[in-house]
Amino acid sequence: MKELTRLTAVELGEKIEAGEISSVEATKAYLDRIGQTDKDVHAYITVDTEGALARAEEVDRKIRAGELTGPLAGVPVAVKDNMCITGTLTTCASHILDNFKPVYTATAVQKLLDSGMVILGRTNMDEFAMGSTTETSYFGPTRNPWDLSRVPGGSSGGSAAAVAAESCAAALGSDTGGSIRQPAGFCGITGIKPTYGRVSRYGLIAYGSSLDQIGPMGKDVRDCAALLSVIAGHDEKDSTSADRMDTDFITGLSDGVKGMKIGVPADYLIEGLDPEVKRAVLEAADSFRAMGAEVEEFDLGMVEYAIPAYYVIACAEASSNLERFDGVKYGFRAKDFEGLHDMYKKTRSEGFGTEVKRRIMLGSFVLSSGYYDAYYVKALRVKALIKQAFDKAFEKYDVILGPVAPTTALPVGESLSDPIKMYLGDIYTVSVNLAGLPGISLPCGYDGKGLPIGLQLLGQTFEEKKILRAAHAFEDCFRDKLRRAPMVQEGGAR
Amino acid sequence: MSKEFETVIGLEVHVELNTKTKIFCGCSTEFGGAPNTHVCPVCSGMPGSLPVLNKEVLHKAIAVGLALNCDITRNSKFDRKNYFYPDNPQNYQISQLYYPICRNGWVEITGEDGNPKKVRIHEIHMEEDAGKLIHDAFTGETYVDLNRSGVPLIEIVSEPDMRSADEVVAYLEKLRETIQYLGASDCKLNEGSMRADVNLSIREKGTEEFGTRTESKNLNSFRAIRRCIEHETARQTDAVLSGEGVTQETRRWDDDKGYSYPMRSKEDAQDYRYFPDPDLVPILVSEEMIQEISDEAPEFRDAKKLRYKEEYELSDYDIDQITGEKRLADIFEGAVAEGADPKKAANWLMVETQRLMKETGTDADKLGFSPKHLAELIRLVDQKEINSSVAKTVFEAVFREDVDPVEYVKANNLSMKDSAGALEEAVKKAVDMSPKAVEDWKAGKTKAAGAIVGLVMKEMKGKCDPAEVNRLISEELAKR
Amino acid sequence: MQIKDETIDYVSILAKLALSDEEKEQAKKDMSDMLDYVGRLNELDTSKVEPMSHTFPVANVMREDEVTCEPRQDEMLQNAPERTEDAFVVPATFD
Ligand SMILES: [Mg+2]
Ligand SMILES: [Zn+2]
Repeated sequence: MKELTRLTAVELGEKIEAGEISSVEATKAYLDRIGQTDKDVHAYITVDTEGALARAEEVDRKIRAGELTGPLAGVPVAVKDNMCITGTLTTCASHILDNFKPVYTATAVQKLLDSGMVILGRTNMDEFAMGSTTETSYFGPTRNPWDLSRVPGGSSGGSAAAVAAESCAAALGSDTGGSIRQPAGFCGITGIKPTYGRVSRYGLIAYGSSLDQIGPMGKDVRDCAALLSVIAGHDEKDSTSADRMDTDFITGLSDGVKGMKIGVPADYLIEGLDPEVKRAVLEAADSFRAMGAEVEEFDLGMVEYAIPAYYVIACAEASSNLERFDGVKYGFRAKDFEGLHDMYKKTRSEGFGTEVKRRIMLGSFVLSSGYYDAYYVKALRVKALIKQAFDKAFEKYDVILGPVAPTTALPVGESLSDPIKMYLGDIYTVSVNLAGLPGISLPCGYDGKGLPIGLQLLGQTFEEKKILRAAHAFEDCFRDKLRRAPMVQEGGAR
Repeated sequence: MSKEFETVIGLEVHVELNTKTKIFCGCSTEFGGAPNTHVCPVCSGMPGSLPVLNKEVLHKAIAVGLALNCDITRNSKFDRKNYFYPDNPQNYQISQLYYPICRNGWVEITGEDGNPKKVRIHEIHMEEDAGKLIHDAFTGETYVDLNRSGVPLIEIVSEPDMRSADEVVAYLEKLRETIQYLGASDCKLNEGSMRADVNLSIREKGTEEFGTRTESKNLNSFRAIRRCIEHETARQTDAVLSGEGVTQETRRWDDDKGYSYPMRSKEDAQDYRYFPDPDLVPILVSEEMIQEISDEAPEFRDAKKLRYKEEYELSDYDIDQITGEKRLADIFEGAVAEGADPKKAANWLMVETQRLMKETGTDADKLGFSPKHLAELIRLVDQKEINSSVAKTVFEAVFREDVDPVEYVKANNLSMKDSAGALEEAVKKAVDMSPKAVEDWKAGKTKAAGAIVGLVMKEMKGKCDPAEVNRLISEELAKR
Repeated sequence: MQIKDETIDYVSILAKLALSDEEKEQAKKDMSDMLDYVGRLNELDTSKVEPMSHTFPVANVMREDEVTCEPRQDEMLQNAPERTEDAFVVPATFD
């Protein structure tokens, strides 16, 4: 039998269901992995050893009693630290929430629990999900399991690194401007950002409310599809959650791509795109051709406007969403202050990190009197144009194929000094959030340094099934070339 | 020669809607209770919580808009109003700026000159109420209670169409009566379910241009509103005449001290950074929805007054009083429908009801007795089951506990009919006991019977019809 | 776009952030760079485009007017940095 932590979530679930492995065994195996890897990787903010084991015992009991029959029952997973879980430290990787224990559980997490999954702990992230490197965490950076001197991407870098380090079977991340797809790409794993509205945002600590979406990150496409089937669906606690029945993402997964029309935006293959990344992505396009898909290049348009529009909208919403962190109801409060307003200011200045403050300042400015129309409303109009460009493309194509990021994982400490340069790394991901579309990221190659390269497949609104099907087909033909992170292989050789 | 100024007033009126739950969460809106008990993650602004609109809030807001002759916005949205304050747990209030639910309405009041006058309504929007701050002067701390946080409000914004305190009061009365009739709120200034902010400026008579305005808050009674308007008019007049000029600002009225002072420090830039709330979706109001809501609208006071005048022979004063409170009008109409004589029903509501309301400190909207019981009481009197003084006792029981008068009379043995035999006995006995009076009566002094009546009433403990007593005594005396 | 000191001061009042002099200088530079960058949106003629808040048409999501929340006072207060038995505590605040 394969090493237990090497199994995919679906494989593990099958073995647990068949009684070959217990949830407790699986949980112990993952807790051991965390013990081995996390000193170096720092994928977790909190590891809930006792809670996870107690839960695994309970789950085993329920499985034996026939009360839990789901395919993922007993599987140990990790959850990004911006989703509330009752009684569990939920920090958003921020000083301002470093003692916050919610009294309610995010709907997506509740669905994991209801289907019998075991939560190992809470994964690291950029503070309030603002960043693309997981370096802005109050608790220190997460390292890329493929090369510990490099970032895992972000903001769901902890979840991506945990999956890559095989220190959880799968994880939940959230994606506001690429925060699932880009770290998945950097860490050589698979992650899907569902259509806006597909997964309830209730209990997800908001960054940009019109862009945020929770999604699964896993070892392969099937795992992501299985997890998405669990967390998707209408929630009456979230007004923006879609009321749809098409939430079975497993059926039809292996139907192949024959006759599928795939567009590759020529304006994605521009200067600034690393040649090795470009080559891998074009090779992936060729694989699709070989599998019988019609693949062609086309001009998507609006590509260079996505980042500025994104930062205006995301920062504006963030500036308002983060007003509630004021030292009154929960979280950190500054020690010395004179009067209410000083308390607010000191609490927030000491409680938030640099990048968060930078975005709050920008967001407050673009909403302020005299600038609202010029910046915020303008960005909403551009958002409409970006959506139109995608709508036009999806009249012709089933799936859009491109890179996830212009480069592979960057060295730690390289991007924080120049925010705009850092933001440019989001060029292929943010437009998807603006247009509310689903997008999946999966490995399609490795660069000269052996770092994974991510492939991104985009679909029209609520057409997750199409991109999952395409991704699954590609995964099949890439299987021989697929690698595991070196540190994992060393561990495996033990 | 001194200049003559005119006061220009517009009102922002907040009305608390009487829904069962808050506007964006399932917490109860019930008054009272220990602090922070009617509170959940949504209305305490916990991270990750999300608002979902209460359907009833939208319906009531539209109903009020229709009653105030507004256009209903077909595509309405919620916006966030951002400002930091501890009674506002998200540090933004969910309100409506860009697409309020109602616009362009009006109400008719009696103007200063005695003629009908229209006060235009600029808009009505839905929003959430704030929590309560309790200041402790002793500890120097402020306590935050979020029970009221998220209670639904509508804010009715008028055009600057009023010119005096009388017009302001007339306008508020009109709003109150209309909204009460709709059953959307009890609209009590003193309890805060209706709150009026007064936007006031002055200008030289005859000029068109508006002066700089101030907004006065914390006005908890009509009296406070009148005094504040007087004070602010004088203050602004002084400021203009002295050349100092008026500063645009928000002022807080202190009714005990009889003056107002500026409310906010420089620390608060008044820049609310409104933007559409991404957590809520648009509200599309259909023709059917509007039709449905307008079909449910009750007969309003003006229509009622006209109808009462036509259908019942009541005085204008009585009509005005009874229709002045929806609950009174409901009881009146209910009693009439149960067969009560309109005049008699009105009389009970005008005299005994008012007396008992005063005595017990009950507001009209809290009157708990059923129209059916009032109608029955009137029937008992008509059928001479009870006399008018017993009827008052019975009514008091109806007023206080909504008793069934028929059963109450029976249980307390108050019926005159049951005591018909006893009455004849009592008359005989009283005549026997009063030889002097009999003698006098026979001598032609008819007044002498009065003493006998007194004896009978005493014996019967009032449970008898005085006319019947007189008749029986005359009969008995004639036999002697 | 050149950002003035007053603008930074004004925005930090709105955002309730107290920035050190160093942070202020950095904020001036960051904001100015960002706004220049965002300025490229003006290359697009959007005069005939409606601002888009939500990307898919969903409207009229409402709940029934029924009490669904249980009183849970202590839970609501348990994370407060400063509280009494039944309330959050803030520094003296006057309207
Ligand atoms: Mg308001
Ligand atoms: Zn609530």
